[in-house]
Amino acid sequence: MLGLLVLLAAAVALPFVVSNYRVFQFNMVLVYAIVLLGLNMLTGYNGQISLGHGAFYAIGAYAAAILMDHFGWPYWATPPVAGALCFVFGFLFGLPALRLSGHYLALATFALAVAMPQILKYKRIEQWTGGVQGIVIVKPDAPFGWKLTPDQWLYLFTLAILVIMFVLGWNLLRGRVGRAITAIRDHPMAAQAMGVNLALYKSLTFGVSALYTGVAGALGAVVVQFVAPDSFTAGLSINFLIGIVIGGVASISGAVYGALFIQFVPNFADQLSKAAPWAIYGIFLLAFVYLMPTGVAGFVRLAWRRMRGAKGREEAIVPRGADS
Amino acid sequence: MEAFLHQVLSGLATGGIYASLALALVMIYQSTNHINFAQGEMAMFSTYLAWNMINAGLPYWWAFLLTVTISFAAGVVIERVIIRPVENAPVLSVITVFIALLVIFNSVAGWIYSYTIKTFPSPFPEQPLFGNRFISSHELGTIGVTLAVLVALYAFFRFTPLGLAMRAAAQNATSSRLVGIRVGWMLALGWGLAAAVGAIAGMLIAPIVYLEPNMMSGVLLYAFAAALVGGIDNPFGAVLGGFLVGVLENVVGAYVVGTELKLTVALVLIVGVLLVKPTGLFGRVFVTRV
Amino acid sequence: MALLEVENLFAGYSAQNVLREVSFSVQQGGITAILGANGAGKTTLLRAVSGMLRRQGSIRFGGEPIDRISTESIARLGVAHVPDGRGTFLDMTTEENLRIGAYSRKDRQAVAEDMDRMFEYFPRLKERRRQQAGTLSGGEQQMLAVSRALMMRPRLLLLDEPSFGLAPLVVQDIFRIMRGINAQQGVSVLLVEQNAGLALELADRAYVLETGQVVLSGTAAEVGSNESVRRAYLGF
Repeated sequence: MLGLLVLLAAAVALPFVVSNYRVFQFNMVLVYAIVLLGLNMLTGYNGQISLGHGAFYAIGAYAAAILMDHFGWPYWATPPVAGALCFVFGFLFGLPALRLSGHYLALATFALAVAMPQILKYKRIEQWTGGVQGIVIVKPDAPFGWKLTPDQWLYLFTLAILVIMFVLGWNLLRGRVGRAITAIRDHPMAAQAMGVNLALYKSLTFGVSALYTGVAGALGAVVVQFVAPDSFTAGLSINFLIGIVIGGVASISGAVYGALFIQFVPNFADQLSKAAPWAIYGIFLLAFVYLMPTGVAGFVRLAWRRMRGAKGREEAIVPRGADS
Repeated sequence: MEAFLHQVLSGLATGGIYASLALALVMIYQSTNHINFAQGEMAMFSTYLAWNMINAGLPYWWAFLLTVTISFAAGVVIERVIIRPVENAPVLSVITVFIALLVIFNSVAGWIYSYTIKTFPSPFPEQPLFGNRFISSHELGTIGVTLAVLVALYAFFRFTPLGLAMRAAAQNATSSRLVGIRVGWMLALGWGLAAAVGAIAGMLIAPIVYLEPNMMSGVLLYAFAAALVGGIDNPFGAVLGGFLVGVLENVVGAYVVGTELKLTVALVLIVGVLLVKPTGLFGRVFVTRV
Repeated sequence: MALLEVENLFAGYSAQNVLREVSFSVQQGGITAILGANGAGKTTLLRAVSGMLRRQGSIRFGGEPIDRISTESIARLGVAHVPDGRGTFLDMTTEENLRIGAYSRKDRQAVAEDMDRMFEYFPRLKERRRQQAGTLSGGEQQMLAVSRALMMRPRLLLLDEPSFGLAPLVVQDIFRIMRGINAQQGVSVLLVEQNAGLALELADRAYVLETGQVVLSGTAAEVGSNESVRRAYLGF
């Protein structure tokens, strides 16, 4: 608990000690962390593999952009709408996805991710989506005349939302609901036999997962200040998968580690070559799958436990190690 | 009418390519129960190798042969080195490995060859056969090569002892081991064949869609759709599915949705098949044991 | 001379051991029966010999240790295992099932002769040679499984409950053929059976397995005349 508070304090202090560009980067880390928590709920805790979450992110982002640009909505009202919209889409996608699992679900969601840019460029909805050019968004100023740069304000705004969503998520996952969804992942038929409504839980998890991603998408759109179809390729969905695998599947802290990775590693690797980031990703992915299947979070948990002897505190949900 | 016929024939040509790739997917699925998400990128990389050789002065068919051979060997190596450690790992780990391969092949290709579009030659003449207006020589040649590959594979699996052993290993690994078949190597050979077939598909489609690192992503999606339509564990189904999807893509694209939403057609097909009849037209239904 | 010599075998599926301190042997040219009720560990025993699960202890085949090598290597050394459930390649034809049995052999002429011989032993298989093996009846699949194993020209045949679920006439057929190939071709047999009476008729040595341990061993006659065996397994 103390550690978390220290971390939170550091996070709040951050925008005031680093350059504006870094604030922007860390803002994206927060945004991705929300996405990864959502994805982790679905894939890590509930075992439904999605290679298509970039699509929900896109929907959230475009929702925010269209609301702000066409209807003049304020930025702070867009995340809830984006979230709700994506919840509906996620739930609807989750219903037919009930019959799919493993590779098939991955395939269907991958198809969604690959097809998304084309859908976003579709001429018939161009007047809403802005076609290939997309939509430009104006970054909001801090409210009440507070002496913060737009980037600093946005960062704190995102942080606040992240904290809310993490707390909500943590509560959800460590209670009955969390146990139900991990039971569905590990022993679906036994869970069903014990009265867990498989269909409902799986679709709801899909919906909630999409909700998180949609909220993040809306926030991300405002931070980046524009949406365009080519920002939401299959690569984005793959990025998210990379995030949870490296951060740690079925883990809440993993979302943060993963977000840090996918935000900073490409920038770092970009200096080598335009193609290098992805090659490095690929190698990291392989390394993690073979050597550290529970991701950074799992590694940290292990190290923590070793340091504290046998008295380490367990998370309420014990993630199923990727090598079970 | 003429335009329609052209769309159908052209669809058959691209359909042949989808059929080849779908066959590669089915081969790997049958033996390992995994879907190789990296199949497209592997094919793309092979095509770049061929491009390299042709640029270095090698005659087309020599480059073709060499590429197919190298791809075969690479497929074997990849299975033994990269896939084997996760053979029994949970699905997420396996899928992650496939995605990693996808990402590595794509980025290394971009790194070495850059993202500028390159032209890839076709071994078939410019002029259409007998000057017809329905199908180009390349398209006709594609159909021919595809059919030749399919017949060769069929003969291999049906009539040779090795083919029989590979089929056995795919169907029942335990029983295969009990008669002395080295199942691991059969899997590796399956990967090799899939990679070789993928290379052929890549080299056939490159003249049409132009060579660039992302050229196969759409093709792969269609191949997935084809494999699913035909039945993910049925090679014949995959082939039929391929031709069907090829024609559908063209016809629907030309007359219904417009060419800009072609990938959405694939998406709808995939989701549709998975929902309505996941075993495809010819696949087998599996009952899960409690 | 023992063809198969097993000493102090521990084996099981996960961390638990199903078999503990099991020792037995099969003589060159002999037939050994392993008797026991359901759950005694008989199938586990055969799987351990074939290297299909975790095992510790000494397993020697023809003097060579085989307790660390893979299933396919053991098969190539001349051990043919007819598993429980028969292990038929359901999507292949009857004939393909036989051909696959001969996969690791190089002597094509002899393979063709062996295939003919299988069809002589089991005319029903010849009738259904081009039929999909999955459509064969239980008895026919058992005949097919045994034939497939014999196509390997093994030195040792491992049979997992060959009589299971079969009509008595079919069982008689199979056992008669077992006796024949043992006598004429010197194929040694390790037979695991719930049907003790049948097994003791065929075998020359027998072991009784109870909850993973050998509780009795001896010649087939000795074991067959043992009071508790007669009461527990022979229905006396």
